[in-house]
Amino acid sequence: MLAYIARRILMMIPTLIAISIISFAIIQLPPGDFLTTYVAQLSVSGEAVDQAELESLNERFGLDQPVYIQYLKWAWNFIRGDFGHSFEWNKPVSELIGERLAMTVTISTLTLLFTWAVAVPIGIYSAVRQYSWMDYFLTVIGFIGLATPNFLFALVLLWFSYAYLGMSIGGLFSPQFAEAPWGMAKIWDLLKHLWIPVLIVGTAHTAKFIRIIRGNLLDELKKPYVTTARAKGLSETRLILKYPVRVAINPLVSTIGWTLPELISGIAITAVVLNLPTTGPLLLSALLSQDMQLAGTFIMFLSTLTVVGTLVSDILLAWVDPRIRFGAREGL
Amino acid sequence: MNPEQERAEKYLNASTRQLVWWRYKKHTLAVIGLVLIGGLYFCSFFCEFLAPYDKDSRHFEFIYCAPSKVHIFDNEGRLRRPFVRAVNMDLDLVTQQIRYVELPDEIYPIRFLVRGDPYVFWGLWKSDLHLFGTDCPARIFLFGTDRMGRDMFSRCLYGSRISLSIGMVGVFLSLVLGLVLGGISGYYGGWPDGIIQRVVEVIRCFPSIPLWMGLSASMPPHWPALKVYFAITIILSLIGWTDLARMVRGKLISLREEEFVLAARFAGAGHARIIFRHLLPSFTSHIIVSVTLAIPHMILGETALSFLGIGLRPPITSLGVLLKEGQNITTIALYPWLLIPVSFVIMIVLAFNFVGDGLRDAVDPYSR
Repeated sequence: MLAYIARRILMMIPTLIAISIISFAIIQLPPGDFLTTYVAQLSVSGEAVDQAELESLNERFGLDQPVYIQYLKWAWNFIRGDFGHSFEWNKPVSELIGERLAMTVTISTLTLLFTWAVAVPIGIYSAVRQYSWMDYFLTVIGFIGLATPNFLFALVLLWFSYAYLGMSIGGLFSPQFAEAPWGMAKIWDLLKHLWIPVLIVGTAHTAKFIRIIRGNLLDELKKPYVTTARAKGLSETRLILKYPVRVAINPLVSTIGWTLPELISGIAITAVVLNLPTTGPLLLSALLSQDMQLAGTFIMFLSTLTVVGTLVSDILLAWVDPRIRFGAREGL
Repeated sequence: MNPEQERAEKYLNASTRQLVWWRYKKHTLAVIGLVLIGGLYFCSFFCEFLAPYDKDSRHFEFIYCAPSKVHIFDNEGRLRRPFVRAVNMDLDLVTQQIRYVELPDEIYPIRFLVRGDPYVFWGLWKSDLHLFGTDCPARIFLFGTDRMGRDMFSRCLYGSRISLSIGMVGVFLSLVLGLVLGGISGYYGGWPDGIIQRVVEVIRCFPSIPLWMGLSASMPPHWPALKVYFAITIILSLIGWTDLARMVRGKLISLREEEFVLAARFAGAGHARIIFRHLLPSFTSHIIVSVTLAIPHMILGETALSFLGIGLRPPITSLGVLLKEGQNITTIALYPWLLIPVSFVIMIVLAFNFVGDGLRDAVDPYSR
């Protein structure tokens, strides 16, 4: 098992290198380098451009050198924890992203759990009572969740809670807690706000899981072992929950790697509408003001999250399914 | 022959296409979805004619006008042909909000095939004929008007044209990329397969919206609207092709060892002929399913980007651009009709998903 994990971690390295190249390319995409943007911003606001500072920035990022040297410098700084400098905030990028990334991870994990908690029972029900009106009804509800754009659902929920519940649900904290140090009261306040993005992003994904579980379970229910178990007199509930369901929910674990980027996407756009302190709004404003070092770091980290998520899902899968541990990875 | 035998006979003699269609028809939601998609594409194809006004024509005396009420009973309760009433602008002195009050006596019937705003149909010929309309000074705004007094119904029709076409063009691009790259990696295997698979894996690691945001924000702001449109389409399809490539590769790997491929090779067929003549037709149906399910993703992606202000920009009107205007809480509270474009988005995405779902069940009519 340890050897397997070690091998998987080694396999991550080329992927991470490729991701870093793409992130770097995005930093480079806007015309001109970020220094010219910075200088332009300074001169617009009427501030004096400090030549010495420019020199040091030039030196730090190797801006006068060929692109691959710039990339290597950027990557080396990245590994050492220096993610560059945000010109919009005039702060090191590392100071800006920490808490927001943590919040994104928290919300994605909770959303994933929420999606499972909703999708598993519904999926089982729809498969066992295939083509009943409840099956149709739940399918349609699930699909409506999938079809409603996240940002719109967020907007409507914002208005609804404001108009009818008399509370503001934007942000993740009530005003009095926003700057407060962490404590039980603040965590409780966070939980009171957290369900909204979780609900919004979660509804967009339950439909897919319901379909997966329903389809798999329908296949499993036709298999002979189910008939055997039934013939042996096992009660229907126990039978279904004990054997076919366990096989049918396997994809939940194996698809974590693909689901995470989708969840992060959904959270990014929901966060812009609800003004949550996650990566989304800051990434957007960084992109709009061409603060590319900040934006590139975000994109790099968000994709790394996925790679780590895939690793976790592979390890989980190897843990539940010994066949994978011993090399038979075909078909997955 | 008794009816049962007849049915069996009919089943055995049916072509694959018929079998697929019979099986598809059993899926009620899929049939509804197909009708909806057909209708929407029809409407967006003929939107210049179907829309009562031009998408950019401003009605200054009708700003933030609520959807017109279509009546069929007049003041005396008699049945009439559908009509609208003229409205009068009125200022609410407390809230400073504009309201429109219907004038009970001014009745304007809805007329069909009326002359109105001129347009050039598909850039080919000029006309000013619209399917329906009404006489001045009354106006017919089925979905109300926006902050510039533009008719939301017309704008929705024009918007769905752009959004639907982005879905189509984007999917076409990803289909080409997916077929070529997936084909190479599935048919040849070996090192090209290895490289393409790694590329697919890396691209799939990127969360789509942040990556789209990164790419589209770096578009130069001075680009003309049409160039932006194509750039956005390309950006959207950059991620979409990976799914198709995986599917094509998987199918090719399982098919290339079949006897009929070997037979074709012995008969002297080249690689291109084997791929396009023998392999591709055996999974066209799967491609169609994947494509159907990929289109709504593209449309939602475009809507999201435009909503954030880094996608399409006016004067190009897409559903996302329309929604950008309704993105604050005031709109929902005061002018809820500005959110009607959402129902188009939901309808399109739902319909495509239902059709894809039905097709998936139906494409393999010989399995039971």
